[in-house]
Amino acid sequence: MHVTGANGTGKTTLIRALAGLITPYGGSVVSEGAVGLLDERTGLDPDQPLGTALHFWESVDRCTDPFATFALLGLEPLLDVPVRYLSTGQRKRAGLAALVNRKVPIWLLDEPLSGLDARAIDQVTALISQHVNEGGIALIASHQPLAIGELTTLAIEPYVPAAETAS
Amino acid sequence: MIGALLKRDLGKFFPFAGGGAALPVVFFVAVAMLYPFAVGPDPQMLARTGGGIVWIAALLAAILPLEKLVAQDIELGVFDQLRLRGMTEETMMVVRLFAHWLSFGPPLILAAFPAAALLALDGPALHLLLLGLIAGTPGLAAIGLMIASLTASLRAGAALSGLLLIPLALPILIFGAGALARQDQASLGFVVATSLLLVAIAPFAAGAAIRAARDV
Repeated sequence: MHVTGANGTGKTTLIRALAGLITPYGGSVVSEGAVGLLDERTGLDPDQPLGTALHFWESVDRCTDPFATFALLGLEPLLDVPVRYLSTGQRKRAGLAALVNRKVPIWLLDEPLSGLDARAIDQVTALISQHVNEGGIALIASHQPLAIGELTTLAIEPYVPAAETAS
Repeated sequence: MIGALLKRDLGKFFPFAGGGAALPVVFFVAVAMLYPFAVGPDPQMLARTGGGIVWIAALLAAILPLEKLVAQDIELGVFDQLRLRGMTEETMMVVRLFAHWLSFGPPLILAAFPAAALLALDGPALHLLLLGLIAGTPGLAAIGLMIASLTASLRAGAALSGLLLIPLALPILIFGAGALARQDQASLGFVVATSLLLVAIAPFAAGAAIRAARDV
């Protein structure tokens, strides 16, 4: 599912509420299966080399074979580079690699394509398509078009309370 | 999962492992080194006041690592990602409390030996000082963790945490330094009690603070 909407309409808030990180003002969140989140904060230690930083999450998730994902996302040459030297796009790809290696059925992606170059966009879209084709769920908040088949689009604007849109 | 987090936290905070974390120990020894130069080298005076100075140095050294303790990981989204993996904030804070204490408690206790020599403390005083530090540093770590997580989302958090730690740490300081002044082990019991209470409530207070920080 593709969540669209202008800046500030609440895409990130929706995603964080769905992830269970914030409590919604009304309604409740029910999900079946583990939820994975990718936003601009990847949880990778800036002082450590990318490989070490990712290894922490691999050991938390008990992932034994992370390298296939690194190859898919072109991260292999970056594993020795400290995270603080990585560009926005490289960091985003690293965060996605950590998410893929968790092997969870539900992906919440907040702007997964921002900061990515054309090749990386292809890689990421392919990964998302593969995840969905294998029966996974992906909820993507993005204002960039997504080249993924069978995508439902949810425009968030009609749900924004009237008082806020008027201002 | 907890083991992996503990390993990461220790790597992050342990002195000499992650650059700059040795600062509290250096600060602690520096105070003990400078004090005789400031008040004069009279051994009796040093022995009488030295214990109190060591305690003050320990308390202030506990403030130094607070800035990095929690705020950075909130910024990085580490707690968010761990929450998504089903770990509660309280568990994260128990791990962090243990790692924080290990990173400054035992090093301070070791540094108390050269500090005691510099301040001409005798055997029994050193004995009381070490027991007091063993009893008191977990409490200082707990106060530090609570303050660090409460102030993590504030802009002037670092300055505020120093101010907040001082009144909260007073009971530990009074009983710990008081034991030295009176050469009396009994008041160390109060230090232990205060520490235990603080260690017991810190994970819950800090965990709630981290959840609250998400809503702003």
